[in-house]
Amino acid sequence: MAEIWAVGEVADGQPTKLTLELATLARRLAEASGGQARTLIVAEGAQQAASAVAPYGPVTAVEADASGRPVALVVAPRVSALLARRQPSFVLVGASNDGKDIAGMLVGLTDLPILYNGAAVDWADTAPRVEMSTFGGKLVTHSTFNGTRGIVVVRAASVTAEPAATAGQVEVVTLDGISELPAVKVVDSITEAGAAAPIEEARIIVGGGRGVGSPEGFRMIEALAEALGGAVGATRAVVDAGWIGYSQQIGQTGKIVKPALYVACGISGAIQHKVGVQTAGTIVAINRDPDAPIAEFADLFVVGDVFEIVPRLTEAINARKSAG
Amino acid sequence: MNIVVLLKAVPVVGTERLGSDLLTDRSVQLEANGNDEYLLEKALKLADAHGAEVTVLTVGPAGATEPLRKALAMGAACAVHVADDAIRGSDTRATVEILTAALRKLTFDLAFVGADTSDGQGGVVGAAVAVKLGLPYLSYASEIEPTDTGVRIHRLTTTGYDVLEAPTPAVVMGTQLLGAPRYPSLRGIMQARTKPMDGWTLADLGIDAASVGAASSTTKTLDADRPPERAGATFVREAPDMAVAQLVDFLASRRLI
Repeated sequence: MAEIWAVGEVADGQPTKLTLELATLARRLAEASGGQARTLIVAEGAQQAASAVAPYGPVTAVEADASGRPVALVVAPRVSALLARRQPSFVLVGASNDGKDIAGMLVGLTDLPILYNGAAVDWADTAPRVEMSTFGGKLVTHSTFNGTRGIVVVRAASVTAEPAATAGQVEVVTLDGISELPAVKVVDSITEAGAAAPIEEARIIVGGGRGVGSPEGFRMIEALAEALGGAVGATRAVVDAGWIGYSQQIGQTGKIVKPALYVACGISGAIQHKVGVQTAGTIVAINRDPDAPIAEFADLFVVGDVFEIVPRLTEAINARKSAG
Repeated sequence: MNIVVLLKAVPVVGTERLGSDLLTDRSVQLEANGNDEYLLEKALKLADAHGAEVTVLTVGPAGATEPLRKALAMGAACAVHVADDAIRGSDTRATVEILTAALRKLTFDLAFVGADTSDGQGGVVGAAVAVKLGLPYLSYASEIEPTDTGVRIHRLTTTGYDVLEAPTPAVVMGTQLLGAPRYPSLRGIMQARTKPMDGWTLADLGIDAASVGAASSTTKTLDADRPPERAGATFVREAPDMAVAQLVDFLASRRLI
């Protein structure tokens, strides 16, 4: 009879896609364990965001003044207070930057056991069983908790978000007397012009590597991404070269993504990059060198010059779209 | 100004393996975790600019000495190596306890941690340690600058960055944007031989050996397998127009366009 919680995140007043996935996952784990699921939304305007989560199951909304503070500093102590009050069995937290900060702070606040980097989670007898891809994808491991309480950090796309058969209620909770964590002030928030679409939750990602040749070469990658309705990703080499921002970097020191489609253009597929994208649904490689390591994990490998293939592909997809 | 850089000694990327006990085999050659080296580089730059003293701190087996020595050769002033047979197999909670105890014994203005490690990919330890120490935690830094009373960082967001400020001492987690690590100079390598490397045990930290390690772990690895092989790539070697037509058909057949 485990109670499973999901810690939600809010962006622009709405729950993130990862939040809806966590709500879905919490519900499935609760069903498997014969328990209850609940999603927590701690934010300014929590109630409104919570109502968007309610179709996925019960929600608790905690209104919190977040102004001038990093998200995790607002969320972690409030989740911790609710954990102390209600003692749920397991808590799912998203593997976003804010989510990982929240999870780490919760460990510090509660001493709860933690498993992280979860690519998939199911229920095994008394606790969640967490699937992780480790060592650059060489191994898939399953881990679990020895006890009956813990935190699981779950990556994007572990499940497809799916509303519940019966929508949940929104419960509004007021928390007083929270002991806040040491203060950090957000003194400014800078939006960089031309920021690329985020890759974390993209269904389609078009990645560019050294084979794209130059910063200008990324224009054709962007054009293909736009035609496909996807986001632009990159290898570390081209980020280091300054061709594209770090936010787009896929791989060991960048982001781990799981799009339905990854189109790797001029990317050799070094292990550090492979780590970030190997669980993509479909991987297409476009590369002159058929012996490039990416052949080992691509589904379709177009042997050719990216400068010849990519613009033609963009054109073909655009033509297909306008043909309806 | 004193800066402590938390540096994990990880198996050389690509050579990682699990032992028969399903714990990471750390008897292989170890290197400094790539994400930690960016923080070391930033610490050394701050040392050059502000006269800071940089200490590297690791918790790990005997093989961790080598990456620590390299950090000293890069310019760190001293190294602290927490090593104890009882530590092997520690879970996150125990790791946090050990790092927290070690940091309590050191005097610092800033403690730096990398975004995550190549062998664990958790990215949660820094925040937990900061909470335990009762210190401000600033994360995902692309820039770190001391101020008169504390520290200011740029924290990456999906659309740019936030400017964060906190008083010191503080724990700062940073990213690759802090800059590529330098190579040790020949002079640095020579100097490193005489720089202090302190060895601490759990007893030195006042930690009961029974509270850490595999036996006290709150989590366990059940099994490890090779991932299901992808079917293997189908190669398309036609001229560009034909190749693109085949590619479009392939994407359409998988309902991706």
